[in-house]
Amino acid sequence: MKSQMPLAMSPPGQSCRICEVCAGRGLKRRLVELGLTPNSIIQPLECRRGCLLVSINGTRYALGRGMANKIMVQPVYGEVSQFG
Amino acid sequence: MGRCHSLAEKIKVAVAGNPNVGKTTIFNALTGARQKVGNWPGVTVEKKIGTKNHNGHVLEIIDLPGTYSLTAYSADEVVARDYILEEKPDVVVQVLDSTNLERNLYLTTQLLEMGTNLILALNMSDRAEMRGDFIDVQRLESLLGVSAIKTVAGEGKGIDALLDSIVTKKEQNIPLPHEIGYGGMVEEKICALEEIIKGDPEISKHYPPRWITVKLLEGDDNVIFKLSSESIKGKVQDFLSAIDNEEYEVEMADKRYEFISTLMPQVCTTCADEVSPSDMVDKVVTNKYLGIPIFLILMWGMFELTFAFATPFMELIDMFFGWLAAAVISNIETVWLASLLGDGIIAGVGSVLLFVPNIFILFFAIALLESSGYMARAAFIMDKLMYTMGLQGKSFIPMLMGFGCSVPAIMATRTLEDEKDRLITMMVTPFMSCGARLPVYILLAGTFFGRQAGSVIFGLYVLGILVAIVSAKLFRTFLARGQPSPFIMELPPYTKPSLKDSLRHMWNEGYLYLRKVGTVIIGGVVLIWLLAYFPQGAEYGSAGSLIGSLGKLIEPLVAPLGFDWKIAVALVFGFAAKEIVVGSLGTLYGTGGGEALSSALMADPGFTPAIALGLMVFTLLYVPCIGAVAAIKKETGSWKWMFFQAAYSTAVAWVLAMVTILVGNMVL
Repeated sequence: MKSQMPLAMSPPGQSCRICEVCAGRGLKRRLVELGLTPNSIIQPLECRRGCLLVSINGTRYALGRGMANKIMVQPVYGEVSQFG
Repeated sequence: MGRCHSLAEKIKVAVAGNPNVGKTTIFNALTGARQKVGNWPGVTVEKKIGTKNHNGHVLEIIDLPGTYSLTAYSADEVVARDYILEEKPDVVVQVLDSTNLERNLYLTTQLLEMGTNLILALNMSDRAEMRGDFIDVQRLESLLGVSAIKTVAGEGKGIDALLDSIVTKKEQNIPLPHEIGYGGMVEEKICALEEIIKGDPEISKHYPPRWITVKLLEGDDNVIFKLSSESIKGKVQDFLSAIDNEEYEVEMADKRYEFISTLMPQVCTTCADEVSPSDMVDKVVTNKYLGIPIFLILMWGMFELTFAFATPFMELIDMFFGWLAAAVISNIETVWLASLLGDGIIAGVGSVLLFVPNIFILFFAIALLESSGYMARAAFIMDKLMYTMGLQGKSFIPMLMGFGCSVPAIMATRTLEDEKDRLITMMVTPFMSCGARLPVYILLAGTFFGRQAGSVIFGLYVLGILVAIVSAKLFRTFLARGQPSPFIMELPPYTKPSLKDSLRHMWNEGYLYLRKVGTVIIGGVVLIWLLAYFPQGAEYGSAGSLIGSLGKLIEPLVAPLGFDWKIAVALVFGFAAKEIVVGSLGTLYGTGGGEALSSALMADPGFTPAIALGLMVFTLLYVPCIGAVAAIKKETGSWKWMFFQAAYSTAVAWVLAMVTILVGNMVL
């Protein structure tokens, strides 16, 4: 079992699988609508002090740091399926 | 003859879709209407309507705000959902981004559940094909029971097919609510709740009961107001309080995605490469160290270019109005009429029309940056700064729009979900230097700062931003305490900016400016002329005229700054529209606009470069124009906030103009 960590701590370029979103329902719902569902693959691209640039299925999002701390991920290595 | 029959019938078509999928471009292509095209969520804040005649049918097409879902979450989503629900369009066209089908289909599942007569426009299909995706349209149609058409809106591809399909769809008119099976436990609850809801005599007539049920289970409180019977409402509330909404909400979202992910491999094969050109550009543009310098260089370059390109055109316009005014004055014998036309209308309007080239070029440059996808990055780059000042990155977008005009910018704050974020953003947006202030800068900076004019103007824009940021921090600390809401925003892929769309945007914004010249500004200059011309006997525009008395009356308010009565008058009339500041100076100095006004200002010993700089700062910051003030009243629904904004901004203007003049007197 690989360990989970907040998305905010994941190094840029490392693909991750979303395990859990530890947030209130409003935020959870918004993330789901944007396609950030559990098990989807997310890739942090650029990390700034304020927020993160991430890629999900080829779409880029700017994500506030607070939010990135609430998304728990696991690093993924090797081939990943597009529709994970 | 059948065709004649259908002529009378109007087909109502709603265009829906996620932000950034090219929805507004499709709408433009469908209607041929002139509409603004933006590249970030929130540009389409109000529904736009256009009509189209297609093969003898009249289509009425409505552009809904971009939404990710139809669960009421922000004002935009409520608008989109209620339109579909209450107005019941004959056909709904959902525009999808073909390169991001999976997420876009989430909205599709919701539209299907609502039982809309749905057509999918698979937009940006060229881009999907280019990166090696293949979408099986027929399979998608048969699996979902909808029509689907590939489009490339920017090039007009697929638009005719889409129009044909709308007509066919309307004639068939067999919308069936498409049910997503939510499985065991959820379905049980749906059945039980649906039974209660069906007891409401009105509901089944107007809405699909299953859809209402699903929304209620998802905890969408808005839907309960659709129930007409009080007793049923009570039963529903009892039912809902006994269950854990959140559990159902997550379960249902999961099922929708499960449905989509079983659908996807059947309709789309892909060999997409992970690293796109956008990723590479983003590596540079959004870089921690390079991001802000690149942003500033782009903005500075934009204002420099605006100034450089516009100058020859301005000279031509100036010459024309100078000639026209002289010709009118020398050819009309009635003295007062000659003065009204020559000194009042032609000089006043001319002094404002002079800036049309600048306005057009500036809007063109903003539109180019917008349609290339860069502006959304600006929000990302600025998020850190915005956050430390108590706002979130998304607030930067209305503030950027404020460079064009505060009125749509204030309206664009509707995309912010958090009320406090929204209020603060509205309060500070007018500090962003709008297009109407540009004429004042160009006149004064051009007159007193010569070659440095571009840099001075750039500096004013930066000052506006700084004041907005500091004010936001103050408001967050003293008025609307709390954390800014979490920031999440989609960044559209970079695209080659569309010249056609940018020109259209330029024309739309420029046209608004021209229309304002035709109404508010002509009215303003005529009023100023009347006040300057009377009482009879007094010299035109002198201290003895009515306007002189008015100016003398208010002069003490601005006298500590070193402003005389002429400037006082110009500022008062500038409240109607800030361009009038220039028009009234033209009238008061009796010169009209352009070169003549420049020389008159230079010749006035009371008008030093420091005063000019102070006047520019004052114009930038003091109470926004009447249109913006009205927009604040409308959007906050409160007189209190409106008056607060007006008083606060004027006080800030006074203080900073004073500082500018004091420092200016020492340095210049």
